[in-house]
Amino acid sequence: MSADVDVKTLTIDGEEVSARAGQTLLEVARENDISIPTLCHLDGLSDVGACRLCLVEIEGSNKLQPACVTTVQEGMVVSTSTERLQKHRRIILEMLFAERNHICSVCVSNGHCELQSLAQEQGVTHVRLPYRNPDLAVDASHERFTVDHNRCILCTRCVRVCAEVEGAHVWDVMGRGISSIVITDLHDEWGSSTCTRCGKCVQVCPTGALFDKSKIGSDHPKYPDFLPYLNLMREAQ
Amino acid sequence: MTAEELEQIAQSTRAEYAKFDHEINVCMGTGCLSQHSDRLKDVLANEVTAQGKNAFVRRTGCMGLCAAGPLVLVDPEETLYQHVKASDAETVVKSLGGEPVAELECNLREHFEEQVHIVLENSGHIDPEKIDDYIARDGYKALLIALTEMTPAGVIHRITESRLRGRGGGGYPTGLKWSTVAKATGETKYVICNGDEGDPGAFMDRSVLESDPQRVIEGMAIAAYAVGASKGYVYVRAEYPLAVSRLTACLRDARRRGLLGNNICNTPFNFDVEIRLGAGAFVCGEETALIASIEGRRGTPRPRPPYPAVSGLWGKPTLINNVETFANIAPIIRNGGKWFASIGSERSKGTKVFALTGKIKNTGLVEVPMGIKLREIIETIGGGVPDGHTLKAVQTGGPSGGCIPANLLDIGVSYDALMAIGSIMGSGGMIVMDDTSCMVNVARFFMEFCMTESCGKCIPCRSGTAQMFTLLTRITDGTGTMEDLELLEDLCSTVKETSLCGLGQTAPNPVLSTLKYFRDEYIEHIVHKKCPAGVCPIKAPVTASVEVPA
Repeated sequence: MSADVDVKTLTIDGEEVSARAGQTLLEVARENDISIPTLCHLDGLSDVGACRLCLVEIEGSNKLQPACVTTVQEGMVVSTSTERLQKHRRIILEMLFAERNHICSVCVSNGHCELQSLAQEQGVTHVRLPYRNPDLAVDASHERFTVDHNRCILCTRCVRVCAEVEGAHVWDVMGRGISSIVITDLHDEWGSSTCTRCGKCVQVCPTGALFDKSKIGSDHPKYPDFLPYLNLMREAQ
Repeated sequence: MTAEELEQIAQSTRAEYAKFDHEINVCMGTGCLSQHSDRLKDVLANEVTAQGKNAFVRRTGCMGLCAAGPLVLVDPEETLYQHVKASDAETVVKSLGGEPVAELECNLREHFEEQVHIVLENSGHIDPEKIDDYIARDGYKALLIALTEMTPAGVIHRITESRLRGRGGGGYPTGLKWSTVAKATGETKYVICNGDEGDPGAFMDRSVLESDPQRVIEGMAIAAYAVGASKGYVYVRAEYPLAVSRLTACLRDARRRGLLGNNICNTPFNFDVEIRLGAGAFVCGEETALIASIEGRRGTPRPRPPYPAVSGLWGKPTLINNVETFANIAPIIRNGGKWFASIGSERSKGTKVFALTGKIKNTGLVEVPMGIKLREIIETIGGGVPDGHTLKAVQTGGPSGGCIPANLLDIGVSYDALMAIGSIMGSGGMIVMDDTSCMVNVARFFMEFCMTESCGKCIPCRSGTAQMFTLLTRITDGTGTMEDLELLEDLCSTVKETSLCGLGQTAPNPVLSTLKYFRDEYIEHIVHKKCPAGVCPIKAPVTASVEVPA
C-alpha cells in the first residue's frame, strides 16, 4: 500500500466495508451493493444534500446524516434502512407527490421516472397529505425541449449540470419556499434564453419535468449515465 | 492611539460634560423616534437656550421601556420622564434644579432594579454616533488591553473562562468556537457579526446596534485579534435603516481615531469592518446561508460539516457570532472571565437581553442575569398582564421556540432549562400571551412564518411547512379531523429530524410545544368546533337544511 492512500474500515448495515479517506458514505455503500435512495444526487455532479432521502443513522449521533455528503470515518457504524428512516423517506416522497401535479398515467416519463420508482421501492401506496394542486406553467417555447413545472421536484440537477458541466448556467432557482421554481436566464422563456441546446438538463432530470418534444407519446427513457464518463474523458485530456 | 491618548480623550470628554449642571438624555431608538422624539430633542434644546439653563441635551439610544416612550432621562438627578411630548419641554426644562415634574415621572423602580446591565450598560447614556462618548465610558479600553498586554491565546482563555455562550440562540460555547477558528490553518480568516435578527417580536440586536454600535465593533476587533483575522463583516438587515446608519457613522469614527485600519494602536494588528445588508430573508440568519449571501449568492444553507470555522466565507476559516455575543466581549476583557462567570446560573453565565412584547404592561427591552425566574421577568420587571386578563403562556425563541404554560413560570431562565421544557432560549424574543390568545392560532402563525421564510432547498422544510400550515388552517377554521392531527404529528417528526438546516429542524417546535401543553385546545377546535379564546374563524357546520320556496 502506498503511503498516501489512507484506508478506513467501517460497518454499514452490519457489513464490514473498506473505503478510501474522503469517500462519502453513499459511494461506499453503492460500491458494496447497499442501496440508499437518492433524488438530488447524481454521479458527476456536485452534491447539495437537499432531498434528504439518503439520510442514514450513525451510531453515537442522534442526528440523521445525509450519506451523499458525509465522509467515512474509521470505525463508523452506519444503518441505512431502519424503520425510522423508512418512515421519514415515505413521508418525504408523499410530500413530493402532494406538492405539485404528479399524475403518472399522463406523464411522458411514466415507467422511466425516478420519483415513481422510488415510491414503488419504498412502499408508498397512497398519499395521505392534502394535494396542493398548484397552478403551474408549461414552457414549450424551446424548439426541442419542454419544461413542465407540474412535474418538477426542485432537485436542481438541471441547474448544476448546466453550470458545472455545460458551463452555461442558464438554469437557476427563483423564489423561495413552496413557491420556488427553476427558471432559464432571468426568468425568460426557455426558447429565447441563452440555452446552448445541449440537452444535458433533459437527460439528468429524474422526472418528466424536462423532456424532449420528439418523444411525446412514446417511451422517454433518460440516460444520465453519460456524466461520469464525460467527466472522466475531460480529465484525461 | 496609545492607552494614554485613549485616557486623555475619555477625560477631556468627561470634563466637557462636567461643565454642565444637567444632562437631558432623549431616547432616540426606533420606538421613541416613531413618536417624534427627534423633534422633542430639538424643542428641549431650544427651551434650554431660551430659559438660559446650563444643561446639555443629548441624543441617546434605547432606554428599554419602550411602552412608556418617548423617554427622557435627566442626569445627575436620574429622573426618568415618560410619554414626554414636545409641549412638555418647557415644564421639564423649568424644573431643572428644582422639584421634578410629578405628572411625567416614571416610577417603575422594580422594573429597573431587578435588571443587570452589561450589554446595555451604555444604552440610553451615550450618543451612539459619538465615539468619544463611548470612550468616556471605558470604550476601546478592552481592545487596547488585548492588543498590548495579552496574547491571542490569552484572550481566548479569558473568554473560555467567562463561560460565555452564543447569544444567537444555539448557546454554543464562545471560547470553544474562537479557539477552533484560531487553530484552523490558513493565512486569511474572517470575523462575521450576525445581525440578521428576524424572529417576530425580537429587537435586541437592533437596539444594541442602534444604541451602542462601537461596543459590537470593539468585540469584533478583539475576536479578530484572538483568531488571527484582519477583515470583518457586519451582516445586518436592510429593514434596520437606523442601525445601519449608526453603524456606518461608527465605523467612520473608529477609522478616524485609528481604532480600525492598519497597525491599530501601534501594533502589527490590522482590522477593518464592512457592512453587508440582508435582503429580507430570515434564513440568512443561518450561518452557511449568511455566508452565501455575503458572497453574493442565493441565501440558502448548505450541509455542515465543513463548519464555517474550518471552511466559511470564500472557503476560509470564519468566526460567526451574534451581535449580543460580541457586545459581551469588551466587559469580559476589562473585568475578567471570573467576574462574568460569577453572574448567572450553573451552566448559563452572564446576562441575557430579552425583548418583552405581547400582552404585557412594560413592553420593551430588559437585561437580566441568567437563572432569573421567568415569573420575575414577566410579573416584576414586565409589570404583568394588563387589563385584568390572566397569563396563559410565554413564547420564547420565536419560530424555533415554544410556548411555556403559566404553570411553569417558576423555572429559571437558562439554555438547558428552556430546552428541557420544549422551548429554547433563542435570540431573546419573549412574547406574552393571555386568555385572549388561541394557542392553535399562535402555532399556525409561526408555521406560516416558517413556510414563507423557508428557502425551498430541502424537501421536508419546503413542502412540510406548507403541509403543516394547511392542516393547522383546517383545525383553526373548524374543518380539521383527528386524522389531520395525527398527520400533523407525523409531519412534525419528519420535518424536525430530516430538514437540512436549523430553520426546518426547529419549525415544528411551536406546534409540538402547544400540543404538549395545550392539546385540549386542539381537541376543542376539532371535536367541538369551538375556539376557547374566541379568536379562530370557525366556519358554521354545513347543515342539510333545504329552503322550501313559498
